[in-house]
Amino acid sequence: MNLFDILGPVMVGPSSSHTAGAVRIGYVARKLLGEFPKKAEILLHGSFATTGTGHGTDKALISGLLGMQPDDIRIPQSFELARAQGMEFSFGTVALRDVHPNTALLRLTGENGKQLEITASSLGGGRIKVIEIDGIRSSFTGEAPTLIVHNLDRPGLVAEVTSLLYNQSINIATMQLYRNRRGGTAVMIIETDQLINRKAVEAFEKIKGIVKVTYLD
Amino acid sequence: MSFQSIQEMLNAEKQQGLPLWQIIMEEDARETGISAEESKARMSQLWGAMRAASREYEDSLRSTSGLVGGDGARMRDGIKQHEPICGEFIGLVIAQALQMAESNACMKRIVAAPTAGSCGVLPAVLLPYQSKHNIPDERMLESLYIAAGVGQIIATRACISGAEGGCQAEIGSASAMAAAAVVYLAGGDSDQSMQAGAIALKNLLGLVCDPVAGLVEVPCVKRNVIGAVNALSAADMALCGIQSVIPFDEVIDAMREVGSQMSPGLRETGEGGLAGSPTGIKIKKRVLPQR
Repeated sequence: MNLFDILGPVMVGPSSSHTAGAVRIGYVARKLLGEFPKKAEILLHGSFATTGTGHGTDKALISGLLGMQPDDIRIPQSFELARAQGMEFSFGTVALRDVHPNTALLRLTGENGKQLEITASSLGGGRIKVIEIDGIRSSFTGEAPTLIVHNLDRPGLVAEVTSLLYNQSINIATMQLYRNRRGGTAVMIIETDQLINRKAVEAFEKIKGIVKVTYLD
Repeated sequence: MSFQSIQEMLNAEKQQGLPLWQIIMEEDARETGISAEESKARMSQLWGAMRAASREYEDSLRSTSGLVGGDGARMRDGIKQHEPICGEFIGLVIAQALQMAESNACMKRIVAAPTAGSCGVLPAVLLPYQSKHNIPDERMLESLYIAAGVGQIIATRACISGAEGGCQAEIGSASAMAAAAVVYLAGGDSDQSMQAGAIALKNLLGLVCDPVAGLVEVPCVKRNVIGAVNALSAADMALCGIQSVIPFDEVIDAMREVGSQMSPGLRETGEGGLAGSPTGIKIKKRVLPQR
């Protein structure tokens, strides 16, 4: 841990896992959706479900969906702000299997109709991990630039994506591949050392066999 | 790699002949790849955020559960009505610890130090001390490096979360960090700083994490007070030349050992200790959503 993990973060209380981490989950979900979520159905698991209200986990998640960071003093008022911007949201509870006690599942619909379902856990100290995205297992923190590519499970697509990154001189830090079944839908999750520019992200979308591209910077 | 032990940190100070705070800062800057200037700017931001959090306390704030809020104001006003038994300075320290911890419980912006639940300890010691002795901010930042350096070694050798080590890991660590920092401000040498840190942590060994209804409220807010006051008594002992019989590194290792022996019910699950008392259970039923 570095010195600023010990002193810091600057955050709205009361809990780094239940509040700051929940803001991060909402924020990353918003980034992944790529547009304003006009509808959000949020299900809380474990300790998020039992002590979430007392820790402001619900307000924190909505704040993140509005694009706020964990130190934003408007977090306590996020419900009112979300309603004023026309966001419809609801909370429920869920019992997920084999996940961290501080976990939330978010089903989002964006203002232009984009849809996203993600499940993420708050690991403590404000750090998070996205563990499922659109029904497919994953594992990334959102701390590094992250490219998420949904594609058909066919030969050559990984090579196309990585060579496009190579052409941009972008170094891959980590890479994970998942699929729902052989020949079905697959997901590549690529964390990079450099930022990827908007044009390059658009280029990925034009590759045949790629269904959806999401970029988190 | 950053320091693995207090002894290693003190040895580095002897070898390099630089002030301890600077050694801690440079080691971390090297490790994280930032410049000394960037590091100082970040520390200065944190200090600013801590002071702002103190200023922005609101007397009328209550937590969502309604369990905490207003005690910091009660303490601040009460010590003007009658002379506190502990003296005026400690009275101010207590008030500051309550206020910061209440602000945290009431969703105000604070600085985790080392955690959100223990965010009141360090400012409760440092802010009243600064205003009493008119210490320039520059020197306050140096003391924060010493606090963070101590916290870093505790986090490396043991842990700083209640879920892993109980309250001793949160309030105990914060108290050790504050003790080391305030000895530095008072003009003590680095050995005295570390003696104070060791004594402060020793005196809170075994403290369990037993939050009522699982919330960072009861007993967390008042535990910030004991963390701060304990830091000051440890600092005074160290400044008078009193030493910890058990070296700081061994105290930290013992804290880890005690934490691992604590039953899970006493590590932030909101089951044992005060959380499991009849009143604790009654409160839990009242404030948590029924499912």
